[in-house]
Amino acid sequence: MPEIRNYTMNFGPQHPAAHGVLRLILEMDGEVIERCDPHIGLLHRATEKLAESKPYNQSIGYMDRLDYVSMMCNEHAYVLAIEKLIGVDPPLRARYIRVLFDEITRILNHCLWLGAHALDIGAMTVFLYCFREREDLMDCYEAVSGARMHATYYRPGGVYRDLPEAMPKHAPTARHNEARTRERNRDRDGSLLDFIEAFTERFPACVDEYETLLSDNRIWKQRTVDIGVVTPQRAMALGFSGPMLRGSGVEWDLRKKQPYAAYDRVDFDIPVGTNGDSYDRYLVRVEEMRQSNRIIRQCIDWLRANPGPVMTDDGKLAPPAREDMKGDMEALIHHFKLFTEGYCIPAGEAYAAIEHPKGEFGIYLVSDGANKPYRCKIRAPGFAHLAALGEMSKGHMLADMVAIIGTQDIVFGEIDR
Amino acid sequence: MNPDQLTDRLPSLLGDRLVSHALAPGTGEITCEIAPGHIVDACRLLRDDPDTRFETLTDLCGMDYSAWGAGDETQGGTGSPGGPAGGGEAWPGSRFAVVYHLLSLRHNLRLRLRVPLDDDAPAVDSVVEVWPSANWYEREAFDLFGIIFNGHPDLRRLLTDYGFIGHPFRKDFPLTGQVEMRYDEEQGRVIYQPVTIEPRTLVPRTISKPVGDNPGGVRD
Repeated sequence: MPEIRNYTMNFGPQHPAAHGVLRLILEMDGEVIERCDPHIGLLHRATEKLAESKPYNQSIGYMDRLDYVSMMCNEHAYVLAIEKLIGVDPPLRARYIRVLFDEITRILNHCLWLGAHALDIGAMTVFLYCFREREDLMDCYEAVSGARMHATYYRPGGVYRDLPEAMPKHAPTARHNEARTRERNRDRDGSLLDFIEAFTERFPACVDEYETLLSDNRIWKQRTVDIGVVTPQRAMALGFSGPMLRGSGVEWDLRKKQPYAAYDRVDFDIPVGTNGDSYDRYLVRVEEMRQSNRIIRQCIDWLRANPGPVMTDDGKLAPPAREDMKGDMEALIHHFKLFTEGYCIPAGEAYAAIEHPKGEFGIYLVSDGANKPYRCKIRAPGFAHLAALGEMSKGHMLADMVAIIGTQDIVFGEIDR
Repeated sequence: MNPDQLTDRLPSLLGDRLVSHALAPGTGEITCEIAPGHIVDACRLLRDDPDTRFETLTDLCGMDYSAWGAGDETQGGTGSPGGPAGGGEAWPGSRFAVVYHLLSLRHNLRLRLRVPLDDDAPAVDSVVEVWPSANWYEREAFDLFGIIFNGHPDLRRLLTDYGFIGHPFRKDFPLTGQVEMRYDEEQGRVIYQPVTIEPRTLVPRTISKPVGDNPGGVRD
């Protein structure tokens, strides 16, 4: 009879399937995981402490760098917390733009999640397909903010600027001749909204492509069905949120239950799973991509029909128009004060949460009346999910660990903060 | 149940475990102050009572109020904490606190609990028994603020480096930290040394008239 030994195994922190800098200490009985102890903090940058040393607006950029695959959603929670404390409501158009970009961000996030998750389990093509769509959405980010990832586009009181009327175009290069460049620029002749609309028209077919590759794929199902099962009661007790909670069959979505921005004005459905396994969470997220696409289309229609301001007119919160600044002393002073000292927020505390692609992303903002936050606690969805990794992986094989990390949609920017 | 009804229900549910509670008119959020010895009882009641059913602990964090209303010199760690140097009032309560954010999916309600802690040896009972999600949040608060959670099954540092000294989110811990790391050619290994960068303040901390038409954050 062969001798069976228990091993303590180190996984990561430099492992492609660890989705960043996750280090796991695994106690193995053969190939079965007995105990798992995640070591996190390798990406800890003390974002919360840094935010305490800066005026409110200067921390928006830090929020992008938390969950660096759903940048604008992080910003959204932060500006919502500020707006809640001040008691200011952004114009409706700004709220619709936020919904539009929140949903673009959700597709961006889910595309990366799906690509990486599938790649971990051995499906190469999905990754390439997903990144093809991400490229178009990154271009939307770039068109609106000038940056492909860290946009700093949402501001307290609205958004930085209105949607551009023209999309940047590709120029011919050594690799792409005139004809090919015309083809690449086909959707870029109109405004940003036209570009996004063209995207929403082709995107459902793209999701069909992902599903063709995965949903009935025997290997995919063998790797995900009944892996990492979480019951609804347990999911609530463990602080799960977002697709991790909905995958267990709990119908909970902050966009519906506690609507913010303009989510009470758009029509969409909440997909829920039944078994609480990795496969159900996959189905939930794929359906969320389709629902996001639907929300984006409604936003486009509304934004086309309703031009208007995208920033509050409160001069203490919003910078003055460039031309006013050149001619008006008052405007110049406001501009100078806003970009140096910032603004003071009345003493108090607020917790603002949004339905982030990964779950409930919340900002607990405490102000003592100064121009900098007194405390800015970031409630990251992935933190609670990763804390349950040990429970979810117990009794599974080592290879399933990779599937469970994948299904949790872990990003270390937000977990380590 | 709506927030107003919950505010009315809380005193009868929690009894003398509840020190004070208030519904902030601007944000519509309820904040309760709980007596330090009773937090586990209070949490269990809030979780199990059919009127509240706070099944989820969304967030738990430490707080250090020692620099409340103060200027920069206490925020960077170069001076001693405490004292209203920035023109504001000092925090009236104790220095440390733990803040819990509860969520009831059944009733679609949120609730914030605050437990004031001892200034010198902040400690509170762990709520891991009530909500397993508290495990890592409490480890984080222990790591960053040095708050001890009695009864926690595995109270280790979570976010800071192996062998880290100090509690970095306390207001008297400098933003630049105490030590830096570099590779030493002579010793042929990575070493720690005192930080060489000077702490600096780019924008001074000021307290002046708050922004908004209705100061105090009260929404109409």
